[in-house]
Amino acid sequence: MFGDYSLGDLGSIFVMQGFAGLILFSVYVLMALGLAIIFGQMGVINMAHGEFMILGAYVTWMTSNIFQSYLPSLFSGYFFLAMILAFVASGALGMLVEWVLIRHLYKRPLDTLLATWGLSLMLQQAYRSVFGAREVGVELPQWMLGSLHVTDSIEVPINGVFVMCLTLLITVCVAYVMYKSRWGRQVRAVVQNRVMAGAVGINTEKVDRYTYGLGCGIAGIAGSAFTMIGSTGPTSGQLYIVDTFLVVVFGGAASLLGTIASAFSISQTQSTLEFFMSGSMAKVLTLLAVVGILMLRPQGLFALKVRK
Amino acid sequence: MSDKANKGLLSPLRRKLLMGMAAVPVITMLPRASFAQTPATSAVNTTGLAITDTEVTVGILHSATGTMAISETGSIEAEKLAIEQINAMGGVLGRKIKFIQEDGASDWPTFAEKAKKLLVNDKVAAIMGCWTSASRKAVLPVMEQYNGMLYYPTFYEGLEQSKNVIYTGQEATQQILAGLNWIAKEKGAKSFFFIGSDYIWPRTSNKIARKHVENVLKGKVVGEEYYPLGNTQFNSVINKIKLTKPDVIFTDVVGGSNVAFYKQLKAAGIDLSKQALLTISVTEDEIDGIGGENIAGAYACMKYFQSLDNPNNKTFVPAFKTMWGEKTVIGDVTQAAYLGPWLWKLTVEKAGSFDVDKIAAASPGVEFKNAPEGYVRIHENHHLWSKTRVGRAKLDGQFELIYETADLVEPDPFPKGYQ
Repeated sequence: MFGDYSLGDLGSIFVMQGFAGLILFSVYVLMALGLAIIFGQMGVINMAHGEFMILGAYVTWMTSNIFQSYLPSLFSGYFFLAMILAFVASGALGMLVEWVLIRHLYKRPLDTLLATWGLSLMLQQAYRSVFGAREVGVELPQWMLGSLHVTDSIEVPINGVFVMCLTLLITVCVAYVMYKSRWGRQVRAVVQNRVMAGAVGINTEKVDRYTYGLGCGIAGIAGSAFTMIGSTGPTSGQLYIVDTFLVVVFGGAASLLGTIASAFSISQTQSTLEFFMSGSMAKVLTLLAVVGILMLRPQGLFALKVRK
Repeated sequence: MSDKANKGLLSPLRRKLLMGMAAVPVITMLPRASFAQTPATSAVNTTGLAITDTEVTVGILHSATGTMAISETGSIEAEKLAIEQINAMGGVLGRKIKFIQEDGASDWPTFAEKAKKLLVNDKVAAIMGCWTSASRKAVLPVMEQYNGMLYYPTFYEGLEQSKNVIYTGQEATQQILAGLNWIAKEKGAKSFFFIGSDYIWPRTSNKIARKHVENVLKGKVVGEEYYPLGNTQFNSVINKIKLTKPDVIFTDVVGGSNVAFYKQLKAAGIDLSKQALLTISVTEDEIDGIGGENIAGAYACMKYFQSLDNPNNKTFVPAFKTMWGEKTVIGDVTQAAYLGPWLWKLTVEKAGSFDVDKIAAASPGVEFKNAPEGYVRIHENHHLWSKTRVGRAKLDGQFELIYETADLVEPDPFPKGYQ
């Protein structure tokens, strides 16, 4: 299939294809991080993850509208504020949901699947009633559009670079919070042994609430960032949920490193295969490989002890 | 219950009788003047439909909830507008239209169930509804079993024809061929890259397009790619497009994927003012989500654009906006949905009856001169004669009309040489 193309062409395509893989990797990590915390650390099967993401996307859309109407001079920078607001909104909703719904279900992890699935349906219909059934278009500042011109045939999408930087930043922050901060130690203590953690004076209920809120907040940031590359509508969250669970489960539920390793292997397989065959077939083969590996290693790539 | 069973037994016989009657030129036998007053209910309704001396009931069956609500909302709005306008003009055969709206909830078995409810319990005279081919395929056996009349608005893949359905959207050849001819001539295009969502409509449409490109236009298809519905990552296929450098990218990607595709195309530095792209799946409705700046310059092949400059459209667009808000946009399917109630009204008046068999028989030849798209006429195969148009997307989310066929294009749901 390469016979017709010059070496230069091929070289630049391989560079760009490598880049496409890296972008896909960042997207996977970003959407899976929040779930890795909620599902991985807390054992809650959060089917409403996509809807928390879309809340972030809608917050971004509203922020962009407000900036356009009232502060057009600051429009080029609105996205950063929008991401912070998205984090706050999704995080706050997450904490509310934890208080109302999830905390009653910690002893019945499978029931969280049903409860959060119901929650996702309710949120979808709420978005539809509030924002309308049609998709909304989020307008981006000019500097975020288009691509960086490297050579004549190599062009790097700016939004891809943006997502990569954002993913790196958030991953570093999450790793720091979970593994270096006092609060992170509390979270891990609760994960490993709730009763003992309570006995040494950790307020486990509070830890649960903030952990869930953090996971949802990160989902909100992801949703906000994805307005650059995807759609924003009441059911758009559904587009991400399968891939997100795939990444987290494949990586090994309780391990952040596992999530990253799994996002990397899935995205690279997917994007390499996509180049040689049609997108649907690439997806089929990727899923087959994942199923195969999970049969041999049911605990995922990296496994830690999970809360029982 | 026994009543229903009886009807079921009787209906094949009745259908045959009525089909025989339809062969008799019914219209000429009825005095024209009778349309002016209200004809007796017993005369215009011999099959027990929900029709009184002052009212006739029809059904609206679309997804108001679920994934498809994005697309079907426009159709619901258009149908309600048409019904309101018809009522303001005095209704159909002197009867006001009352509608019962059911929600298909983006779920195909639900569509079938609701269609049955509308026909059996509510005894509606006609149903305006369905959007996806999957929902139509689910409803079709119900329509045929209980002898209902469905007005279906969406452009679709063809390969279907039923006495009980009027297809007010384009079938595949009507939508695609003229557009391909135009772009081949206008841009001297020889190589095409196809990309679509992976389900029946894009696959059938691309099959037809490929035959046309290879056999008629003597061009070459340099790539044909499908992505699962809902896919949000298109960077690989965009790289392939860059590698193969096609003259034209021909797309039928749908739903949320559409938004992702155009955003990533733009981000990858493909400039649609230089790279020709012809889509058959993006209307003004979709651009709302995609954003005008991401798709400006692309060509869309449709039969209607909101920006069409004709007297019918100039009254239609403001009426629509008055009813549904200044910000709403009107896409191709929304306009096709608007035709449904009107075509039904005109056919009922032509047949002088609400009976489904008479309407089915009277449909061919019914013309609607006030259609926003211009002029349409129902073909013997229950599809519409209509023009094919090509528009170029602008920054503000509207299309600028670039080309339209000189004559109405004949609908051909079973195209020879394309299967």
